[in-house]
Amino acid sequence: MDVLLQINGFYVFMLAAVVGYHIIHKVPPLLHTPLMSATNAISAIAVVGAILVAGAGHSKVSTILGTIAVASAVTNVVGGFLITDRMLKMFKAGKREQK
Amino acid sequence: MSRIILIQAAYFAASVLFIFGLKAMNSPRTARRGMIMAAFGMAMAMAGAIADPHVTSYGWIVVGVAIGTALGAVIAIWTPMTHMPQRTALSHAFGALAVSLVGAAYFYDASIDLLELGLVKRIALGLEVMLGSLTVTGSLIAFAKLQEWIRGNHAIKGQNYVSVGLAASIIVLMIYTIYDPSQEWAFYLMLVLSLLFGILLVLPIGAADMPVVIALLNSYAGLGAAATGFALNNNILIIAGALDGASGLILAIIMSKAMNRPLLNVIFGRIQASTAASADDVYGGKVKSTTAEEIALMLDDASRVVIVPGYGMAVAQAQHAVRDLFVVLEKRGCRVEFAIHPVAGRMPGHMNVLLAEADIPYDRLIEMDDINPTFDTVDVSIVIGANDVVNPDARKGDSPIAGMPIIEVDRSRSVVNIKRSMSPGFAGIPNPLFANDNTVMFFADGQAGVLDIVKEIKAL
Repeated sequence: MDVLLQINGFYVFMLAAVVGYHIIHKVPPLLHTPLMSATNAISAIAVVGAILVAGAGHSKVSTILGTIAVASAVTNVVGGFLITDRMLKMFKAGKREQK
Repeated sequence: MSRIILIQAAYFAASVLFIFGLKAMNSPRTARRGMIMAAFGMAMAMAGAIADPHVTSYGWIVVGVAIGTALGAVIAIWTPMTHMPQRTALSHAFGALAVSLVGAAYFYDASIDLLELGLVKRIALGLEVMLGSLTVTGSLIAFAKLQEWIRGNHAIKGQNYVSVGLAASIIVLMIYTIYDPSQEWAFYLMLVLSLLFGILLVLPIGAADMPVVIALLNSYAGLGAAATGFALNNNILIIAGALDGASGLILAIIMSKAMNRPLLNVIFGRIQASTAASADDVYGGKVKSTTAEEIALMLDDASRVVIVPGYGMAVAQAQHAVRDLFVVLEKRGCRVEFAIHPVAGRMPGHMNVLLAEADIPYDRLIEMDDINPTFDTVDVSIVIGANDVVNPDARKGDSPIAGMPIIEVDRSRSVVNIKRSMSPGFAGIPNPLFANDNTVMFFADGQAGVLDIVKEIKAL
């Protein structure tokens, strides 16, 4: 059962990579900097793993490592989404496009 | 049981929100909405993790979240737009640190509790810690370079051999830990060597190649997160990690194409020493220097002006001065556009963000491939702090930058270069554009120079 579950992971990875490839290709170079900070915030999804490690109470060592991991991942979540929004807010269309 | 279903539903919703959030980035009109979706997805994923039945104590999680929120908010609010490349490099280090620590903690617990680690999990943990660790130190070096704490390229003699040896040792140690996870020393030694490898990987790479490096580190951080997903059997990590990995890789390929250099060449090679003509041969008495007043006169009867920004504009913080020039020219009925080279600046899209910050409407920021065919109708091109990306030698076969796509300003009626001196760009070669008949040089600081021109135009 466990092996089957893990093989499923490869399908998920492959499909997500293909979807990612097509989505990212459509992002105009205009937005490449915000894109990078957005994907950076999203890859802070490692916070899920960090929470599971920090809260499981397995050992002192892993709790400490997990807590540091939660702190650095959340730094990226909060910082990443806020700064992406700060950038995107600045992109304004010209007068003709606003109509 | 219903709790498990709810948690999985939260993870599933988060995956969907991430994918549609990124999809909305295909237009500046929908991008903000997309990011709100993605942020909402992240909140759901975190809630799912906190609700997990294995999580029994919440104190340390709260501490971590509090520290991270404070730190992230401070960085997000106070980073100036010119420092976005540094911020991005630093955040890759943070993300990779989380990945690497989760891997190490998981391995540590497995070894004391003798939990059974399946083969796939062992491979995933190995990859996770390797990618995470080398991205941490690699990103910190990239940060230090962008911040100019480290200047120049520091390559040891035989650096590539050392790197290859190190990479081989890391792989051998990884295979060994996969084969026999009870040999903990091998796992931790692999972690340390990966940290070292990250330093060696980025140290020799020059500042102008940073767009590629940052994109690659972005990709590694994503793949590290995906490996964490395999280790924890968690699809949301695999999906988000794969999205990030794909994004970083695509950006790295776009950037290295824009320099006409294969990806591997950027990582392991350097631009060869110049075989091009010496600066004296190229410039010898042909370079014309001019004043702000004369440039104002040139711009007075121009009907189409193209501004080409480069990293120098960011260094001089000249984007707001450029905005003044844009406004004053547009008021006189002149059409002003900006030509953006893909590798202008220190990260993908760097120039667009700076100009957007200065309130330039984004429909005036034109990509290189779109604006190049129209240069015959441009009256004046103004190059601010760019050099190699407008060097016409790229069209010649024997130049060190041969084949690199350039912005073809030399085809416009006249060209103004705003530059502090005749110093060469990153490629270290002279630029024959500066010696052309229709080119004039305005030796000034980017910001002060542009403001002078604006003043002279207003005085006309």
